[in-house]
Amino acid sequence: MSFDTLAMENILDHYKNPHNKGKVAHPTLCNKEKNPSCGDELEVSAHLDANKKITEMKFDGHGCAISQAAISMLSDDLRGKSVQEVLSVKKEQVLELLGIDVAPMRIKCAMLGLRVLQRAILQHEGKNAHEISLSDTD
Amino acid sequence: MLMLDVVQIRKDFPILTRKVHGKPLIYLDSGASSQKPRQVIDAMTHYYETYHSNIHRGIHALGEEATVAYEDAKKITATFIGAANWKEIIFTKNTTEALNLLASSFSSLCKRGDEIIVSRAEHHSNFVPWQQYAIRYGLVFKIVDIDADGLVDLKQLASLLTKKTKLVSVTHISNVLGTVNDIKKIAALVHANKTENGNTLLCVDGAQSVPHIPVNVTQLDCDFLVFSGHKMLGPTGIGVLFGKKKLLDALPPFLFGGGMVGSVTDQETSFGDVPFKFEAGTPPIAEAVGLAAAIKYLEKIGMQEVWQHDQELAAYALQHLRQQKDVIIYGPSSDKITRGFVISFNMKGIHAHDVISILDQEGIALRAGHHCAQPLMDFLCVPATVRLTGYVYTTKQEIDAFITSLDSVRKVFA
Repeated sequence: MSFDTLAMENILDHYKNPHNKGKVAHPTLCNKEKNPSCGDELEVSAHLDANKKITEMKFDGHGCAISQAAISMLSDDLRGKSVQEVLSVKKEQVLELLGIDVAPMRIKCAMLGLRVLQRAILQHEGKNAHEISLSDTD
Repeated sequence: MLMLDVVQIRKDFPILTRKVHGKPLIYLDSGASSQKPRQVIDAMTHYYETYHSNIHRGIHALGEEATVAYEDAKKITATFIGAANWKEIIFTKNTTEALNLLASSFSSLCKRGDEIIVSRAEHHSNFVPWQQYAIRYGLVFKIVDIDADGLVDLKQLASLLTKKTKLVSVTHISNVLGTVNDIKKIAALVHANKTENGNTLLCVDGAQSVPHIPVNVTQLDCDFLVFSGHKMLGPTGIGVLFGKKKLLDALPPFLFGGGMVGSVTDQETSFGDVPFKFEAGTPPIAEAVGLAAAIKYLEKIGMQEVWQHDQELAAYALQHLRQQKDVIIYGPSSDKITRGFVISFNMKGIHAHDVISILDQEGIALRAGHHCAQPLMDFLCVPATVRLTGYVYTTKQEIDAFITSLDSVRKVFA
């Protein structure tokens, strides 16, 4: 992982001044989980419209620069997306947002926020949230 | 004055010559797993190349040689920890499996309402098995706190012991704080407690102590001791459960299958003697050979010398870390409290994972996270720490390089 790039500056900027930090009032979706590998805790809340599209999304909790920056960027990026679109977001898209070469051991940090959100969606739809693993690297 | 000839020792560890991200490897993660000297690697290669076979019932030459080597490894292990009888040594996959074996077998003999006590500073491997088997068998799972110095609170332990307390299981050296519990004192307290059919027993998690400090089960007077080969210069895939013979005789088997039976009929099986009744299936033979080589290597250095080196280097690292204004160190604040070469810390305002990612770029390997001790991390009110752990091959120059590299972390997060 290289730390001296513009992308890294962007990550640190999101880490120090996160976008959409906090909790959505009267959320449609809300899920709070601990990263099983590092103990970081992340809560994601979102409001959906009648077409099951995200109108607002916020996150709260603590974590490393990678996990916090990733969910901060995603909270901007996923606004207006449908739950189906959110469920189909892949690792490559998150890494593209971050713009750096994330070391294999840190990919789960990058994916944590998205996974917590995706599990919130599955829970909301009455499906098995554990179909999505929090500690996977995909 | 260093006790060990570290320059000479380092020549035995092939991995220490490699580079990471173009920089010389500085391995400060031995508490998770130590590196291996050539003597261990060679012993295992020699086994596979010249006398590999399955053990026990092979009457042929290779079978006999492998059986002798496997049982010699038990004798060497028994002598190393001061056990009276090599049959008190059970080889498992690792410390975790040794604790699962004991927790499963021991808890199955307890009555509903009986109590098990562990400390808040335990690794999950000495916490979760006891907690889960307590749930399964209707036992009361009690937790003894640690005091301000990170040691088991003896006063509280005394107050938690009742005539229903069957076993206490505590770590010898904390894998997060490096603090060293006074096992002799704990053993005296635990053994003085009378139960309906005897006295309370003591299990000691030696995963962080057996590799670093002279451990003698007879002197410590513990009933069970568990540890892993891979943290003491040996291979992965082998752990040890020591238990007093008469206690092991009374415990039921953990896994069933070949090698652990007496006779088998359509509806019944009688079990073999200790330790074989606890070793179902083909055991880790090459790993036992490797473990024996690791023990011989440590004995050649001398465990007292290993411990002195650890203490000297830990004090050196602590002294330099304390000078960093943005570093918070966990564990005893006083240098008078003995601690092993395990130092947990955080840099203010920077997540532990970010610290080690940047240090990794400098070729420095440390670990960050909850170190499989979430109840302790909750107690310390931190989600994660950075952990520095060293061993016989760690040098002061490496500690210096590590301290200097903290500036790279500061630069990124400035």
